[in-house]
Amino acid sequence: MQQTSNSKKVITDGSRLMIEAMAKAGADAFIGYPITPANLLYSYSASRMPMMLPAPDEITTLQWMSGLSASGKLPVTATSFPGYALMLESINMAFMMELPMVIILVQRLGPATGTATCGAQGDLALLHGQISGGHQLPVLCVSDYEDCWEISAEAVKLAEKLRTPVVVLTSKEGVMTQRSFDISLLNDISPVEKRRYQSDEPFIPYKADSSLVPEFLELGNKKHQVRITASTHDTKGILQHSTPEALANTVRLENKAMHHLNDFTFYHLDEQPDATKLIVAFDISANAAIDAVAQMRQQGEKVSLLIPKTLFPIPYVYYQIMDKYQKVIMVEENINAQYARILFGHRLPGKIVPVGAIGKMITPHEIINGGK
Amino acid sequence: MNTPFLNTQSLPFCKGCGHDLVAKNTATALEKLGLTPLDVIMVTDIGCHGIIDKTLNTHTIHGLHGRSVALGAGVSFAMENTNKKVIVFLGDGGSTIGLQHIIEASRMNLNLTIVIHNNMLYGMTGGQTSGLTPTGFRTTTSMDGNPFSAHDICKLTHTAGAAYVSRILGIGNISDKLAEAYSVKGCSVIEIMEICPSYGVKFNPKRKLSEIMESMGHVEGVWRNERPAYSYPNHARVNNLLEKLPVVDKKHEGQLNKHYQLVMTGSAGEGVQVASAILARAALGSGYQVTQKGSYPVTVGVGFSTSEVNISPEPIHYHGMEVPDALLVTSTDGLNHQKKRIEAMTDGLLIIDSSLDVPKTGAKVLSHDFRVAGPRNAALYALLYFAKINGMVTRDAIVGALHDMGLGEKIPIDKIEGLLNQ
Repeated sequence: MQQTSNSKKVITDGSRLMIEAMAKAGADAFIGYPITPANLLYSYSASRMPMMLPAPDEITTLQWMSGLSASGKLPVTATSFPGYALMLESINMAFMMELPMVIILVQRLGPATGTATCGAQGDLALLHGQISGGHQLPVLCVSDYEDCWEISAEAVKLAEKLRTPVVVLTSKEGVMTQRSFDISLLNDISPVEKRRYQSDEPFIPYKADSSLVPEFLELGNKKHQVRITASTHDTKGILQHSTPEALANTVRLENKAMHHLNDFTFYHLDEQPDATKLIVAFDISANAAIDAVAQMRQQGEKVSLLIPKTLFPIPYVYYQIMDKYQKVIMVEENINAQYARILFGHRLPGKIVPVGAIGKMITPHEIINGGK
Repeated sequence: MNTPFLNTQSLPFCKGCGHDLVAKNTATALEKLGLTPLDVIMVTDIGCHGIIDKTLNTHTIHGLHGRSVALGAGVSFAMENTNKKVIVFLGDGGSTIGLQHIIEASRMNLNLTIVIHNNMLYGMTGGQTSGLTPTGFRTTTSMDGNPFSAHDICKLTHTAGAAYVSRILGIGNISDKLAEAYSVKGCSVIEIMEICPSYGVKFNPKRKLSEIMESMGHVEGVWRNERPAYSYPNHARVNNLLEKLPVVDKKHEGQLNKHYQLVMTGSAGEGVQVASAILARAALGSGYQVTQKGSYPVTVGVGFSTSEVNISPEPIHYHGMEVPDALLVTSTDGLNHQKKRIEAMTDGLLIIDSSLDVPKTGAKVLSHDFRVAGPRNAALYALLYFAKINGMVTRDAIVGALHDMGLGEKIPIDKIEGLLNQ
């Protein structure tokens, strides 16, 4: 982003930008349950979202969201691992019901309650395996304030467009640290169009055309009966054991996000000609990677940088990019190279070099050393 | 002819099951109230009762075991200001796993009706004991009789605040009793006593439903709380979270030509976080980029309070800090928290309250009595002391930021500056 003459420099945290962006993009409600380090997102929502409801726990949070979503509202929540773990069965429900919603997952140091005020990037494996059957929820990741704005809005639009829960991944340092920022650089966000089934023909809630996304009609509408279910079901939303139609519906769920993946593949690629080394970093580690790349280039080393913003489903283009390099340094704040192993399996190819840490942010210096 | 609520009279329940009675009487009750199927959202979950879905002409949503009340609550929030009726069906098993949702809906007096099909065991999974199984009742998991007592769900929900609670013996025509509950504005809870023909009757032969209920000390009845139904509060909302953020223009000149890292540390209540926020704003007002993050125990009112501030003429990406350029310490809590960092400093500046022992460090050490300004002002005093000798951010920028933040009347800046200039 370039400096403008009409600059409006403020000091803010990423939480404020995320909630404002989501409200602008068309989020109707925030359901909150307090948990560090996601509390700022809850606080801002209390004054900004058209509706804000305090739930008594995180299971209830996702259930309330699902009820609202099935009734035509687009809800948002924010949590960290302990809360996300409680939400998991209900996230599966919302996935199966095909309910638009956004869940902001703010990573902190685990396992279990771990350290609430310490950042981490330890939930990649969880997000990859969260839906029974191995189906993938769209997971978008914010790495800087522009992302807090743009990616948050995209998440709301994606949830509505694909009729699905969408996860926005961040971590403690990304949403709690205060930074100077020029808000005049932010692009306008227009609200997503909430399309509804219009025909006079009976509504078939899980019938999809070639887009694989069924049309939507809310519970309580005056014109057509709406059936929604979490159980294996046919296109009419009627529970089935394993009829071909019902299984085809589940297969459609597997394919739905993949079918549209090109439309929501977001990443930043800073390629240097003739570089043989690529650094891959996302979320808070991307900031250290930017500094590392600058220092390496200053020292005459040729190096490229990939910041993935769509983490799941995995965009194929990431492999195409990585294939071009002799060495790929994958930076993530955990000690088991989670994203690298999801991409390449537990026996990492020799050219993949993980750089990890727990209990602290990864430094530019560690990234530079990791490549040697 | 109006669309009936049920699309068949042949319901998918075992012969003699009370669920059949509840479903048919619900349809009759809703017709008596003049409602049409599309006026009703029926929320069900896992359990035999939940398979009613496919026979209904209402809107239906079928969710997770025991969570239907919370799912229905979400629907209810969205249906405010409509005449839609939200009805939640669940069983005694669902009431056990989802008890909190029932209590919360009652406490909040949400506008929905909760119908608990209490057949005293988990029917769908083979007849196991639930939290509503009566003492002595035999199930597949308590063949000697349930040793525990059952929840009195009516007493619990009435105490929690539901507008209307009733217990109904699930025999005969119960449509008028159901209609009364369905017409309540607010949270109505109905417990319908049934006996599972497949497991309850089999393991408890010759026992009658009325006798079992009597043995529990439970009676049919209605219990009311006169209170308004929940409605969403109409309180003020801001239209834009960014609009009220203070925009900081460059008004001051500093002497910084490279990235500078500073740590302030002390005890909770010494104004460490406020002082570092003032510094951040002063730095922005001097044309620099800045980051600031606080660190303190979860009990924010006691113990250490530390803040890390990055200031740079160039954009800041990585904002972490290992060994800072300067470290300002105003109390023992802060010293203990940052001791390793101080010991790791090979150069730079350590400004420390004169009451504290100075750890071994390679930093230049300046010791001064900051607490003389009062414990609440110690951090700001240390910051002004730093500004006076460093010049990176000027005194004018700091005092200007303090006033811009509306702290001019709260902080005795003249007194602090008087001490500084002594």
